[in-house]
Amino acid sequence: MTTISTEQVAAIARLARLAPDEAQLETFARQFGDILGYMEMLNGLDTTGVEPLYSPVQHATALRPDEAAPRCTREDVLRNAPEADQEFFIVPRIV
Amino acid sequence: MALYEAVIGLEVHAQLRTRSKLFCSCSTAFGAAPNTNVCEVCSGMPGVLPVPNARAVEYAARMGMAVNCTVNPVSVFARKNYFYPDLPKGYQISQFETPICEHGHLDITVNGQTRRIGITRIHMEDDAGKNIHSAGDNASYVDLNRSGVPLIEIVSEPDMRSAEEAVAYLKALHAIVVYLGVCDGNMEEGSFRCDANVSIRPKGQQEFGTRAELKNLNSFRNVQRAIEYEIARQQDVLEDGDAVVQETRLYDAVKNVTVSMRGKEEAHDYRYFPDPDLMPVRIAAEDLARWRADLPELPQARRARLMEQHGLSEQDAEVLTADRALADFFEAATAVCGQPKKVSNMMQGALLRELNQRAVTVDAIAMRPEALGELVRIVEAGLISAKIANDIFGELLESGAMPEAFVKERGLVQISDTSAIETAVDEAIAENPAEVEAYKGGKTKLISFFMGQIMRKTKGKANPALVTELLQKKLG
Repeated sequence: MTTISTEQVAAIARLARLAPDEAQLETFARQFGDILGYMEMLNGLDTTGVEPLYSPVQHATALRPDEAAPRCTREDVLRNAPEADQEFFIVPRIV
Repeated sequence: MALYEAVIGLEVHAQLRTRSKLFCSCSTAFGAAPNTNVCEVCSGMPGVLPVPNARAVEYAARMGMAVNCTVNPVSVFARKNYFYPDLPKGYQISQFETPICEHGHLDITVNGQTRRIGITRIHMEDDAGKNIHSAGDNASYVDLNRSGVPLIEIVSEPDMRSAEEAVAYLKALHAIVVYLGVCDGNMEEGSFRCDANVSIRPKGQQEFGTRAELKNLNSFRNVQRAIEYEIARQQDVLEDGDAVVQETRLYDAVKNVTVSMRGKEEAHDYRYFPDPDLMPVRIAAEDLARWRADLPELPQARRARLMEQHGLSEQDAEVLTADRALADFFEAATAVCGQPKKVSNMMQGALLRELNQRAVTVDAIAMRPEALGELVRIVEAGLISAKIANDIFGELLESGAMPEAFVKERGLVQISDTSAIETAVDEAIAENPAEVEAYKGGKTKLISFFMGQIMRKTKGKANPALVTELLQKKLG
């Protein structure tokens, strides 16, 4: 059975910019462990010589010709930003 | 003091020269007004689907072929997850387990020694946007025009042992991307940029030392200086009995130092996984064969051919092949006059000087290679002196005029008529009796004084060989 520590959950939470409390850390650790344990069943199968499947969809890559065409105005692009001026997205100072 | 050896690997990002971005049709044009080349896809709106750019795939594959990589007929895009304001999706679309190209190499020559530098992989990825930090207010400004622009990252093996080797490798890569036309190579605009992983170890030790990753190396010179600084810094650390810390360091070109940016404890865990929005990229065998068949002659091969075919020195050949347009210019000019060494000298002298002064490249000037070839020809034929050729070079470069017609129209044709030169020689001798005496007394270096006098009288048009001959006869 896979066990996930609360420290591991905390590290993953930090990467996702989340701050779970102690009780949540315990809950998530148990849930992560259950999910990974369930997935571990797959390790019981012999996959020698089987190509990895990245997606159940099997069609060929759809590529796009290299043609530039404008789609959006700047006004559209900036419309939903929490903060913007006429030109830029504005975010809290980062350096 | 122990003897240390540096171990250097480079990660080079080259912006692919496509019209549109990697996963959407927004323009990649540099310098557009902020956020004007942005759409739902490259601004990371929910519910959009990326569609890969066929030309980007082609360019990445061509680059792989040029550096002896295996091009994988199937490669997979993966998400590299991290948060930063210039990354609106919250992940970069890159390639991880299965990049488009692997297992290549490039040979470099430093101080007459040829070394093979391994290329681990080349993968495709999309670029981030740009953050602008205001000094005044407590905010950062984000421009997403660059977000989604196609890049290839070329990852070398840790095979380089000195800053010179790193620069030689970088220059060789740069020449190749530009020859192939897959990248414009502009380092100031960031189209071609480089991070360096640097560590040192006692000579003879097999294991690598702890490495630092250097960022912000935006010119060949900075790459050299930053790596040299970093090697010296790590030596000092070890000499003091301390340990090198694994970290990212930013190069400050003004102070010529590297400064710690973030340590290992803050190192990212990118949690790569195959991007579920994108199918594996499949390249048809016919396409691979076609791209391979029309690979152009690459800089190294061309350098060898110029040395072989035109008898150029290695150094001359290297300068002339660093830029494909320059090499084309050289070959076209040589075809006109059949004087490869003279063409090479004039290009590395007058031409490069004038180009540097104007900060332009050879494909941006009015002068055609045929004109430079003709200029060499008329100098060699004695129609004008080398000095006149040098003096008028700037004008020819600006106007695109053909030299022979130009010098005839300006009356610059060299005087090879003995009687006309004789008059000037006689005058010079008559006007400078003291120098004549000194010359006769053994100060034969004064011949250049007389030469100068005569050139002044003839406005530089006297044939120097004839002048010397006459002077020696009359002063002798």
